[in-house]
Amino acid sequence: MTPRTVKLRVNGEAREGQAEPRLLLADFLRHELHLTGTHVGCEHGVCGACTVIVDGRAMRSCLMFAVQAEGTEITTVEGLGTPENLSPLQDAFHRHHALQCGFCTAGILTTMTALLKEEPDPTPDRVREVLSGNLCRCTGYIPIVDAVLDAAEKIRAAKA
Amino acid sequence: MWSASGRRLRASSANPRADQVKPPPFDYAKPASLSEALELLASDDDAKILAGGQSFVPVLNFRLASPSLLIDINGLAELGRISLVDGGLRLGAIVRYRDLEDSELVAAENPLLAHALHHIAHYQIRNRGTVGGSSSHADPSAEFPAVSALCGAEYVLQSIRGSRVLPADEFFLGALTTALEADEILTEIRFPPWPRDRRWAFEEIAPRLGDFAILGAAVLLDPGETRILVFGAGDRASRLPRAEAALRGRTLDKAAILEAAKLASEEIEPQGDIHATAEYRKAMAEVLVERCLERASGVKVVA
Amino acid sequence: MQPKPEGLDPKTFIGQPILRNEDARFLTGGGTYSDDVTRPGMLHAAILRSSHAHGLVRGIDASEALALPGVVAVYAWADIADIAQPIPIRLAPLVGLDRFPQYCLASDKVRFVGEPIALVVAESRYIAEDALNLISVDIEELPAIVDFAGASAPKSLLHDAHGTNIASAYEVQRGDVKAAFAEADYRRRETFVCQRHTGVPMETRAVIAEWDVAAQHMTVWGATKVPFPNRATLAKMLGLEDKSVDLIEVDVGGGFGIRGEFYPEDFLIPFAAKKLGRPVKWIEDRREHLLSAQHSRDVSCILEIACKSDGTILGLYAELFVDLGAYVRTVGGVVPAKAAQFVPGPYRIANVGCSVQIFLSNKTPVGTYRAPGRYESNFFRERLIDMAAHDLGIDPAEIRRRNLVLGSEMPYGIGKLVPYEPEGEYDTGDFVAAFERALQDSDWNALNARQGEDEDGWLHGTGLACFVETGGAGPKETARLVVRKEDGGINLFIGSSALGQGHETVFAQICADALGIPFKGIRVFHGSTTYLDEGYGTYASRAIVMGGSAVLNTAETLIETMKPLAAEALGFPNEALVWKAGRFETESGGSSIGLAELAAATAQEIRADGSFSSTRRTASYGTHVAHVAVDRRTGKIRLIDYYVVEDVGRIINPLIVHGQAVGGVVQGLGGAFLENLAYDENGQFLAGSFADYLMPTATDFPSIHCTSLELSRAPSNPLGAKGAGEGGTTAAGAAIGNAVSAALRKYGAEVHELPVTPSKVWSLIAQAKAAAGQ
Repeated sequence: MTPRTVKLRVNGEAREGQAEPRLLLADFLRHELHLTGTHVGCEHGVCGACTVIVDGRAMRSCLMFAVQAEGTEITTVEGLGTPENLSPLQDAFHRHHALQCGFCTAGILTTMTALLKEEPDPTPDRVREVLSGNLCRCTGYIPIVDAVLDAAEKIRAAKA
Repeated sequence: MWSASGRRLRASSANPRADQVKPPPFDYAKPASLSEALELLASDDDAKILAGGQSFVPVLNFRLASPSLLIDINGLAELGRISLVDGGLRLGAIVRYRDLEDSELVAAENPLLAHALHHIAHYQIRNRGTVGGSSSHADPSAEFPAVSALCGAEYVLQSIRGSRVLPADEFFLGALTTALEADEILTEIRFPPWPRDRRWAFEEIAPRLGDFAILGAAVLLDPGETRILVFGAGDRASRLPRAEAALRGRTLDKAAILEAAKLASEEIEPQGDIHATAEYRKAMAEVLVERCLERASGVKVVA
Repeated sequence: MQPKPEGLDPKTFIGQPILRNEDARFLTGGGTYSDDVTRPGMLHAAILRSSHAHGLVRGIDASEALALPGVVAVYAWADIADIAQPIPIRLAPLVGLDRFPQYCLASDKVRFVGEPIALVVAESRYIAEDALNLISVDIEELPAIVDFAGASAPKSLLHDAHGTNIASAYEVQRGDVKAAFAEADYRRRETFVCQRHTGVPMETRAVIAEWDVAAQHMTVWGATKVPFPNRATLAKMLGLEDKSVDLIEVDVGGGFGIRGEFYPEDFLIPFAAKKLGRPVKWIEDRREHLLSAQHSRDVSCILEIACKSDGTILGLYAELFVDLGAYVRTVGGVVPAKAAQFVPGPYRIANVGCSVQIFLSNKTPVGTYRAPGRYESNFFRERLIDMAAHDLGIDPAEIRRRNLVLGSEMPYGIGKLVPYEPEGEYDTGDFVAAFERALQDSDWNALNARQGEDEDGWLHGTGLACFVETGGAGPKETARLVVRKEDGGINLFIGSSALGQGHETVFAQICADALGIPFKGIRVFHGSTTYLDEGYGTYASRAIVMGGSAVLNTAETLIETMKPLAAEALGFPNEALVWKAGRFETESGGSSIGLAELAAATAQEIRADGSFSSTRRTASYGTHVAHVAVDRRTGKIRLIDYYVVEDVGRIINPLIVHGQAVGGVVQGLGGAFLENLAYDENGQFLAGSFADYLMPTATDFPSIHCTSLELSRAPSNPLGAKGAGEGGTTAAGAAIGNAVSAALRKYGAEVHELPVTPSKVWSLIAQAKAAAGQ
């Protein structure tokens, strides 16, 4: 099928690229827009590594086609912070050793960034429940939960 | 048989190809109106509707379907409404689970549905997955079809030929099989009014939070009528007529509950798979129905 | 947090919870994982895999696939037959195993679902997958072997030429088992099963290969674990010299023992790249991963114990049955050999015998996964010890206390239980101290008092499991230190590969202390064959023991190398210099020179090479404690708390060690409760997606407490370090088996099989009730 032009905003910038209808959004972000921070771990919507924020909501980019992202506003891990200026969530992950191999991390950061925007003060159980949509094989999840709760507190304190 | 819902995709029996995860080629259209969508669907025998895609995109990625054309109905705002009509909840087909979670109307008008949402997949899947998509997919272990069947919801199907309304038990025909014709779109699901004095309970056993149920049960207690349903036990969620009949006109006491629960177990013919045996599912029907009846009625059953 | 260890010298960085150097790039999407590697003109590969468990390949027709626009090539057996070599066995060469190697593509037969049959190379992965549907393969199905009974009564042979499905069989013994059993007051014999499950890292395998025609040089990205041996294998298969092949390690999304071994694709992709003169990328998809990356565990055991009436264990005899799958892969017989060796575990058991039957089946080949062989044997032994304790009326803690090897018995000889290894030992340790600490951490006495307690239908149970893990040895590891001209910092090159643990941080910590310089100036480069002429890799928890010690040795060499240069630069060619806090000082203290000045003053590059060798394994050890509650009606299990105490000898970075422990526990619990690479009776695979292969999620095991100790340093290496990567995993199946059985004690039901699912627990209770006539 003929590729079409997809125009959208990614991490605050207007972007466009070519996509045939079947191109998964994850592949489009990675290989067409060269935003390789979004990872692909299963391509059937289970592992959550490919999670990005689409119009404010965390979603699997392996379960959307790039053509469906036309006109959307997407945030990927690259849009959350920089090595010199980590977001409070990224910084908490660093301090709590909430990542080892780093492969699942992007999808967890995007998910939790969206969650904390919606729910600035989640309970530990709520964090675990939301996190259960992401697989991590290294950490055992415990430091991730600690990091998210710590970041939530810091974000709330900064706003207060 | 294959079925999918985001993370919750599973295979039983023989695998098809085990080496593909990229979808086959197809054309794509995003109609601006329902009538346009219906026209497109009628014009191409191999066209398929794409709603949230949380069940259907895995099917495509695994190349278990090869549509010529995907008709994306996510732009049809008219299918995205949650409303109350004649006292009953109406859900447009592309209402997302997340919308249900956020809806005060749903919490007030169908507390059973509001409760069951927490068992449906995960946060990111619920952010995009739709009630219509999940219903059209018709996994026998899925929670939403189960709740709709127990409540006696009706499914509105439209095509260029017209529209028809089917009760849930005529819409769901079997595992991954519905009454939808090739040219029909599921547009709305209509729940009957929720009686104010209704009591209810919902239970499921799943390997992990968010997984499809190994077995689930739900009950509705209305004055003069008790409805009992299990899901994950057969080719679709089903009410249990014998168990329900055992309670008809009877005080819901411990003996009645135990008898109904036992009948529930006898009434189903579940299959075994890698997660649980058939015997286990049968036994759990008894336990979960008992627990549902106990919780909904407030009658203490010490087993 | 761990206390700072006491070292021989006051150290600055070793022992501190330094935050990882790797994190900043991983947290911001700046990592470079295999699929992030793109080369100019790159093609994409997909692999046609067998959907039959066992069959004769009658013909392959790829003409339709080749006609598809965008398809560049299709390769099947006929295309590689003239150069095809079997994948060599790297470890554990038990007698007989070498008869059953895998070739990179199926020739006349397919032997498991997922076996590669053909390779498609196309302009995109999407097109390559389209082409898979257009290849027709004519396979005549044969009966599938799926268990020991089928394998040993060969109605069907996997490898006809060898006349048997038994790949290897052997007996090992220490002491006199027969005599021990004859004199015992008590004996019990039980059958246990540890199911097939495996590592499943979040990043799947990947190979990107590029052939430089002009230089006749092959570069392959995606290597990890053991790049150096894999380079040698690939070079041999391509008919090239080692130096004409480089394996590049980029960021790696987890390994756990399964990733980075030499697989068929590690030949096929470079082969295609060489043939086509264009770079070729293959990214394993998740379904391929579950089917074709090595499986592990899958050991059954008939175990018999002999005790005195006071609980003293006199002997153990194990009959082990190991399903190795359709072929013997790179790690050979590690799983069976280590399962046998660790049957006695950390206990003083003079008489141990093992009969090992290793059989082939029409399933994916089995290799190593975190705590290979140990996880299985810990489960068998610890379960049987609990049964014996109960029969003898001895508390489960007391029976262990009475039998654990004492610190005063170290080094403790464990005899020759592995045919291809010399006599083994536990080097150092205070097993009892770690055990008592675990009892204390978990408040065992309080937990033990609740055994079997029924709280609203939830039955409490607590389980103990002790383990010892030997590792941290093997072929020598190498390091190179280079002083950077521009800033006097150090570039550290290490043969150890990194799979996400944090090597760029811990090696820098070790190097900083060894040279007395700031941690920040040290950059770590690992894994790739371009950095060093030789090296080995990372497995069996050996990176810190071997690689870390190599860094220490190399640092000493670097100081010696620099000394004359410094004396020259300072203008005191004959004066003895002292290396202190990163500077050379004259003995009089009058002059000094640091690395930056020295590098600037020296024309040539300042560097040193070094290595570390050890064949003496380190013994990490400890105890797991699990507290569960079981819903007696549904069989659902809640893990209430989980404790691990492990002695790892020397902790370089407590944050990282703790992360290894907790992550390891959750993997172990996955094997205990959820994960199962199931097949049906026809050899069809039933766990081909993440909805079938269930791994732990964040809601499953929220309460895990790990303590790492530094009780006994390893004498084999200058750091005193022991392996620290597997102790969390190794006894999880054992502790859970014991805890659930304790919860079910009133029914007399015992767990014999993993994973412990609600369905199985319900069956156990139902059977026990039926047997009791209830």
